[in-house]
Amino acid sequence: MSEPYDLIVVGGGNAALCAAIEGAEKGCSVLLLESAPKVYRGGNSRHTRNFRCMHQGPLSVLTGSYTEDEYFDDLMRVVNGKTDRHLARMCIRESEKCLPWMEAHGVRFQPSLSGTLSLSRTNAFFLGGGKALVNAYYRTAENLGVTVLYDAEVTHIHLDGNRVTGVDVRSKGETATLQARAFVLASGGFQGDIDWLCRAWGPSARNFLIRGTPYNRGVVLRDMLDQGAESVGDPTQCHAVAIDGRAPKFDGGIVTRLDCVPFSIVVNNQGARFYDEGEDVWPKRYAIWGRLVAAQPEQVGYSIIDSQSLELFMPSVFPPIKADTIKDLARRLGLPGETLKATVDSFNAACPTDPDGSFHPTELDGLATEGLDPPKTNWARPITQPPFYGYSLRPGVTFTYLGLKVDETARVYGADGPFANLWAAGEIMAGSILGQGYLAGFGMTIGTVFGRIAGQEAASHVA
Amino acid sequence: MSLDTPILTEAARQVDICNACRYCEGYCSVFPAMFKERTFASGDITQLANLCHNCRGCYYACQYVEPHEFALNLPAALAEARQESWERFAWPRAAARVFHRSGVALAGALVVGIALLFWAAAALQPASGKGFYAVLSHTAMVAIFLPAFLLPLTAIGIGLTRYWAEVGGTRVTLAHLLEAGRSAASMRNLAGGQGQGCNFEDEDRFSNARRHAHQAVMWGFLLCFASTSSGTVLHYVFDMHAPYPLFSLPKLFGVPGGVLLTAGATGLIWLKLRADRGLGAPAVWGAEMIFVLLLGLTGFSGLALYAFTGTDAVPALLAIHLGAVLALFLSTPYSKMAHGFYRVAALIRDAQIKDRQTP
Ligand SMILES: Cc1cc2nc3c(=O)[nH]c(=O)nc-3n(C[C@H](O)[C@H](O)[C@H](O)COP(=O)(O)OP(=O)(O)OC[C@H]3O[C@@H](n4cnc5c(N)ncnc54)[C@H](O)[C@@H]3O)c2cc1C
Ligand code: SF4
Ligand code: SF4
Repeated sequence: MSEPYDLIVVGGGNAALCAAIEGAEKGCSVLLLESAPKVYRGGNSRHTRNFRCMHQGPLSVLTGSYTEDEYFDDLMRVVNGKTDRHLARMCIRESEKCLPWMEAHGVRFQPSLSGTLSLSRTNAFFLGGGKALVNAYYRTAENLGVTVLYDAEVTHIHLDGNRVTGVDVRSKGETATLQARAFVLASGGFQGDIDWLCRAWGPSARNFLIRGTPYNRGVVLRDMLDQGAESVGDPTQCHAVAIDGRAPKFDGGIVTRLDCVPFSIVVNNQGARFYDEGEDVWPKRYAIWGRLVAAQPEQVGYSIIDSQSLELFMPSVFPPIKADTIKDLARRLGLPGETLKATVDSFNAACPTDPDGSFHPTELDGLATEGLDPPKTNWARPITQPPFYGYSLRPGVTFTYLGLKVDETARVYGADGPFANLWAAGEIMAGSILGQGYLAGFGMTIGTVFGRIAGQEAASHVA
Repeated sequence: MSLDTPILTEAARQVDICNACRYCEGYCSVFPAMFKERTFASGDITQLANLCHNCRGCYYACQYVEPHEFALNLPAALAEARQESWERFAWPRAAARVFHRSGVALAGALVVGIALLFWAAAALQPASGKGFYAVLSHTAMVAIFLPAFLLPLTAIGIGLTRYWAEVGGTRVTLAHLLEAGRSAASMRNLAGGQGQGCNFEDEDRFSNARRHAHQAVMWGFLLCFASTSSGTVLHYVFDMHAPYPLFSLPKLFGVPGGVLLTAGATGLIWLKLRADRGLGAPAVWGAEMIFVLLLGLTGFSGLALYAFTGTDAVPALLAIHLGAVLALFLSTPYSKMAHGFYRVAALIRDAQIKDRQTP
C-alpha cells in the first residue's frame, strides 16, 4: 500500500466505479477503497434495477422519447421545488450520454421487468440488476489497472488548507495513511449508522429497517462536516418506503417491498386506520407510506386484505399471515381483535354497495368510501371474502439526503470555497439535487453523471 | 410450505424470493416461466430445474448470496432438484442412484464394457471378414449392441413419461417441437440472454466457452450417431459393408463428429476444473467428470480406430471404442447423458406453457 497513486476513490458503488474508470482512462493510477468485503461490494448500487435516462428518440432498450423538460418536470413534482435547478438540468442532460458510456463499459440493459411496464420509456433496466452492473464495472476497472482494496474503511480525510493530503484507511485491524494527488468521495449516505438516524429522527428510528448496505455509515461525510465542509440537505430527510415488517434489519433490498396497500386497509397496532390507502396508484404513493408508518406507535402498520385481492399485486417475499376470520387474523398479527373487527366492519359499511364492475386495480377507479374518516378514495371494496390475509409494514430507509455541497464539476466546498483536489459523487452529494422526495432511477443517474465528472476533473487536475 | 422432498422445498424457497425480485428475468427461460406463477408445487420446480442450464448468471448477479440470510444459490438449488428428479424418474431407480452418484461405477461400467468386447473378440472370432468384422463379426456386434441400444431407450422412455406426468405436460404439437429444437440447437439458455454467454470458468466474467464446448459435444455426438446409423443403413439396405472410404456417409459424419466430440469434451473438462463446484450439485461432480471423459474417449477412440486402419492396433482399439460406446449407451438412462432427454422435454413443456392456447 506504499505506492503513491494519482487518484484515490473512496467507496465501491456505482459513483465510485464511474469515477475510477474515468480517472484510469484518462491515464491516472487509481486506488479504490471499499469498506465492504468483496461479497458485499457495491453498496446500495448492487440493489438497484434501473437508471432514469433522458433521450430524444428510442435509445437502447428505451422506447419513445423522454425530453429534458419532461424529466425536469417529473423531478420538480417530487422534490417540491427543493433542488438546485442548474445542477438538476445538467444532470438530466448528461444522462443521455451516460447510457452508451455504460454499455461501452460492460453494463447490459434489458427491457423493463415484468410488472414495471410503466417505466419502459423512462428507465433503462440492468440485465441481472445492480449487482451485475457493479460486477461489470469492477471487471472494467481492473482491466484498466485500477487497484481495488476491499475491507478498507476510510476513517479520516487529512486536510491542509484547501487541499486534501491523504486519507486514513483501516484495513484488517490496522490503520494507514495513504497519499494521492486527487481524491473522490463516493461513500454513500449515513443510513447505516442508526445512532445518527436517531439523532436526526428521534428514538423511533431504532425501529427503521435499512433497505440497503450496512456499510454506508457516513463516516467520511461526518469527518468532512466536522472539518467544515459545506453541507446541503436536511438531516431529517431520507427516502423511506413502507416495506415488509419481517425484512432483515439491513440489505433486504427490493424483495421486501409490498404492493398490497392500495387494495387493503392499513391499521396501526391499536387496530385503527390512519390514512387514505387509495389516494393514488402505488408507484406514486409508496414513498410517503414510509413516513406514515414511522409516525405510528412502534413504527409499525398492518395491511389487511381478503382473498379477492391476494393476486392483484406482485408476489411478496414472505407469505402473508392467513386466517379464516378477522378476529383470528388479529390474534395472529398480535392486534386487538375486537377493534380490528370493528374497523373492518365500519370500513365495509362505508364501501359502495355494489362495486362489481367498477373496481379497476390498475387505474384510479374512484370507488370511494362514504362518511369514513380517514376515507379510502379508490379501490374501496369490502373485505369480506375469507381467508383473510395480513402483512406487517415498517419504514425502510433507502438513503439519507444530508450531503456534501458540490458544483457542476462535482467539486466539494469548504468554508472558504472549493477544495483544490477533492470531488464527490453519488449519495454523498445527492442532497444537492434531491432536497426531498425521490424519482425512481434518479439515484443511479446522479451517481453515474457526477461519478464520471468527478473522475474526469480529478484526472485533469493530476495531468 | 413444504414440497415433496427437502431439495424441492429448498428450491421453492429460493424461487419465491426470485419471484419477488425478478432482476434476472433476461438471462434465460427459467425466470419468465417462473414469473407466470405465484405458488410452486413439486412439478413446477421440477420443470424449472430441468429448464435451467446452470449458466450461473443468476448466481453472480444475485445480491442475496451467502452470507446474506436469504442464502440464494439458484443454480445449485436447481441443479440438486434436477439431479434428484432424474433419479426419481429413472427405471429402475437403483441403477440411477449408483451411476449418478459414483464416477467409479461409471468407470467400472466402461472397464466391463471393454472387457466384454475383448472377450467377445476372442470367443467369437470370425473365420473371415473385412476390417472390424475380421475382429468381431457383424452378427456378434449386432447381438451385443442392439439390446444395448434398445434397453436404455426403453428406460429413458419410461423416465420421460414419468417426467411428463409430474410437470403436467399436454399433447405435443409440431410447433412445440420446433421451438424446443431451435432452443436446444443454439443452446439459447447458455447465451446469457444477449449472447454474452455464461459465468462459468472465471466467476462473473461472461464467456461463450462453455456454450461452444457443449455445442461441440452435442453436435459431435449426433454426427457420430448419424455415422453409425448411416453405416447400419448401408449395411442392411444397400448391402455395402465396412470399412467405408473417406467419401462415404459414415466417414463424412464420423470424422468431424469424432473431432468435435473429442475437442468439446476436452473443453468441458478444462472448464469444469475451473468452475466453482458449489454452484452445481457437488455430490455428482465426480460422476459427471467421468461421464465427460467417457464421451471424449468414445470420440477419440473412434478417430484412432480410423487412423490406425489396417494395423495391429485395430483389435485393441476396436475393443476400447466399442467398450466405451457400450458403457455410454447402457448407462444413458442413469448417467449425466439422461440430461439431454429431460432438457429437451423441459424445453417442449416450456414451449407449451408459453403458447397460451395449451394450458
Ligand atoms: C433496495 C434499493 C433499491 C434501489 N433501486 C434503485 C434503482 O432501481 N435505481 C436507482 O437509480 N436507484 C436505486 N436505489 C438508490 C441507489 O442505490 C443509490 O442512489 C445509488 O446506488 C448510490 O450510489 P453510490 O455509489 O453513491 O452509493 P453506494 O452504491 O451505496 O456505494 C457507497 C460505497 O461506499 C462504501 N463506503 C461507505 N463508507 C465507506 C468508508 N468509510 N470507506 C470506504 N468505503 C465506504 C460502501 O461500502 C459502498 O460500496 C436503490 C436503493 C436501494 C436501497
Ligand atoms: S437470483 Fe437473486 S437477483 Fe436473480 S432474480 Fe433471484 S433473487 Fe433476484
Ligand atoms: S443458472 Fe442460468 S439457466 Fe439456470 S436459472 Fe440461473 S440464469 Fe437461468
